[in-house]
Amino acid sequence: MANKLTAEQELQRKTRRGLLTLGAGMAAAVGGFAWLYPRADAEDIPGPLRSVLNFNERVVRRALYDNSHLAKTFPAREVGKLRANGKAGLGEPLDLAHWSVDLVKVGEKQASPRLTMAEITSALPRIEETIEFKCIEGWSAVTQFAGARFSDFTARFAAGSEKAPYVRMATPDGEYYVGLDMLSAMHPQTLLAWEMNGAPLTEEHGAPLRLVIPVKYGVKNIKRIGRIEFMEQRPGDYWAEQGYDWYAGL
Amino acid sequence: MMSVLEEKHKLASRWFHWINFPLLLLMIFSGLLIYWANDVYRVGVGGITVFHFFPDWFYSATHIDHKLALGMAFHFALAWLFAINGVLYVCYTVVSGEWRELVPGKKSFGEALQVAMHDMGFKTPLPPQGRYNAAQRITYSLIVLMGGLSLLTGLAIYKPAQLAWLTALAGGYEWARWEHFWLTMAYVAFFGIHIGQVIRAGWPTFRAMVCGYDLAEAHHGK
Repeated sequence: MANKLTAEQELQRKTRRGLLTLGAGMAAAVGGFAWLYPRADAEDIPGPLRSVLNFNERVVRRALYDNSHLAKTFPAREVGKLRANGKAGLGEPLDLAHWSVDLVKVGEKQASPRLTMAEITSALPRIEETIEFKCIEGWSAVTQFAGARFSDFTARFAAGSEKAPYVRMATPDGEYYVGLDMLSAMHPQTLLAWEMNGAPLTEEHGAPLRLVIPVKYGVKNIKRIGRIEFMEQRPGDYWAEQGYDWYAGL
Repeated sequence: MMSVLEEKHKLASRWFHWINFPLLLLMIFSGLLIYWANDVYRVGVGGITVFHFFPDWFYSATHIDHKLALGMAFHFALAWLFAINGVLYVCYTVVSGEWRELVPGKKSFGEALQVAMHDMGFKTPLPPQGRYNAAQRITYSLIVLMGGLSLLTGLAIYKPAQLAWLTALAGGYEWARWEHFWLTMAYVAFFGIHIGQVIRAGWPTFRAMVCGYDLAEAHHGK
């Protein structure tokens, strides 16, 4: 009996061990969080979090994403009001008379050709779609767009470039730019749009030509496209460089 | 009087519980960072708002503003751990048979009312109970169910195009977001009541969740 602990002593021992384990675990959780929580002036998110976002992207692209998965479409009567959020890249006055898209095929450095709006709209089938435009901030708005499928555009003006893994698009002044994976760019609902809710695009919504890509958050739906470049390397992205997920897929 | 140790909570349950605690806290925190960017929910009727989630003083006191990107990164990283821990817990209760002590039965709903009356100070007698009383059975089962719903509504918001069927099941993108938010508010309410009940029940109850045991009177003979 001398060596045997009483129930009270045994409970005390177990309690001490339990509290120590719990304390160590909570300290590790707080420590891990403090280590991951960035300094106030940091532009990008901490490396480990970026790694998880990229891991999530690989999981989604392998296990979930398919171009047969369509974003929900709506009857035109459900159209609401779309906020005009992003102004980056729209600072210069719009010069429609001299506007064109610089198209850079994969493996090339020079833009060829430079396409005018008339060349684009006359060469490609016009597609209309009413989708729920989703901002990364959390709001959404049912919006109707009309334009041409980006896959049709690529086949007509940059045949072969659809084999490139990435495409980059930028505003004419280069201030705003997005990087896209080719599969999402080739999605049947991805449009180069020139009309919104039955009227030509307004300047604040990206006249004369914007991207509408319903399988991505609004940040990827670049306005006033000035350059389209097919790339082997993953392009930079305006918002990804400020801490957001590069993929931003829905 | 001889005392013996009585096992209250299995080692596995305690680990699941205490791993879930900081994870849920951080999921709620990172969720707040995201919610700030479009803080549209409120309690009110028509044009009258009783409470807006959240008032300005809340944001200025907590400094959670302008951290959407960080919130999303944390949320979509920790969601893995939250989901894995939750799924493993449910598997564990099924395999171990502990679900029998947790899932409410036919009598639980009537008994839960008695427990609630008793806890609120009425002189209602407590019905006989096993490891968990009827109110606990209902609450703890509900919270597990809510965890599953948070996961599903979260996925419906995360990939509304790839998981369009799930988003449709939630009633659409906007509804999924609404459901996800109110589930979280329900966790916060649960957390408050849960902590209050533990404080009321006293140290042995908390200790049992930490070390697994409590003292019981020894029964003589076999």
